[in-house]
Amino acid sequence: MDQIRALIVDDSSVMRKIVERSLRQAGLELSKVSEASNGAEALAVLAKESVDLILCDINMPVMDGLEFVKQLGSVDNAKGVPVVMITTEGSETHVIQALTAGAKGYIRKPFTPDQVKEHVLPVVGKKS
Amino acid sequence: MSTDTSLMVRSHEENWLPVLELAIEEVFEIMVGSRVKPAPKGEGTPPGGFTAMVGIAGGLCGILTISCNKKTACEIAKCMLGPEIADSEEQVSDALGEICNMIAGNFKNKLSSADHACMLSVPTVIKGEEYSFRSLADGEELETAMMFGESSVTVCLQLHS
Repeated sequence: MDQIRALIVDDSSVMRKIVERSLRQAGLELSKVSEASNGAEALAVLAKESVDLILCDINMPVMDGLEFVKQLGSVDNAKGVPVVMITTEGSETHVIQALTAGAKGYIRKPFTPDQVKEHVLPVVGKKS
Repeated sequence: MSTDTSLMVRSHEENWLPVLELAIEEVFEIMVGSRVKPAPKGEGTPPGGFTAMVGIAGGLCGILTISCNKKTACEIAKCMLGPEIADSEEQVSDALGEICNMIAGNFKNKLSSADHACMLSVPTVIKGEEYSFRSLADGEELETAMMFGESSVTVCLQLHS
């Protein structure tokens, strides 16, 4: 997979931009980046377009990241699409909840581009 | 001894202030690309302009605030996003709110497991000079001023008893 279509879900526009920049710094070639500010918006995006990778915050208004990941299974465009959580919630409980819900990776904020590389590249089939 | 008192006692016994300062330093170094250090005594408490706050509930209960003047808040946002992007007050507020959120998260993650079994609220940001802020947290207060370039940034953790 050379060109990646990514969906970044975070209620902070600043964090969405930083995550996008970090993905590019990690060496991913992004052909398209879609954004959503909560889980419900993200589901609406996925109803209209396909993506190859989803980066998602946990703590968001309207629909949080864990609920969003749980609902992804019922979205045709999202089947098999890897989700990596990027969040300040660093407890073991949150990590287990996210992975149980279906996330493939977990990055704690604050994060370095190297950490993004380490956790994201393997889930999109690239060597970190 | 009540749970409330033990939280206050622990913040002293476990010396949480350096933990808070380390959490601040890491967030600024990683996300802002800038090293901050505790300000010399007397350098703190700059005039307000931007104050971001995040509530903490659960094993640890309270509110964390970060405040600085407008110029400093804009500079932080520019360091995070680049000068061409951080051009609106909305983005400056968003940036400071995220910094506050990450400091709160980084701090609780550095404490023992019982303490980070707690949730953070979505950040709130106040803009302007003429306001007073009073938290109903009636427990311990940890406050530190950090130097960001030539300016100081004040971070305060108020714990509920």
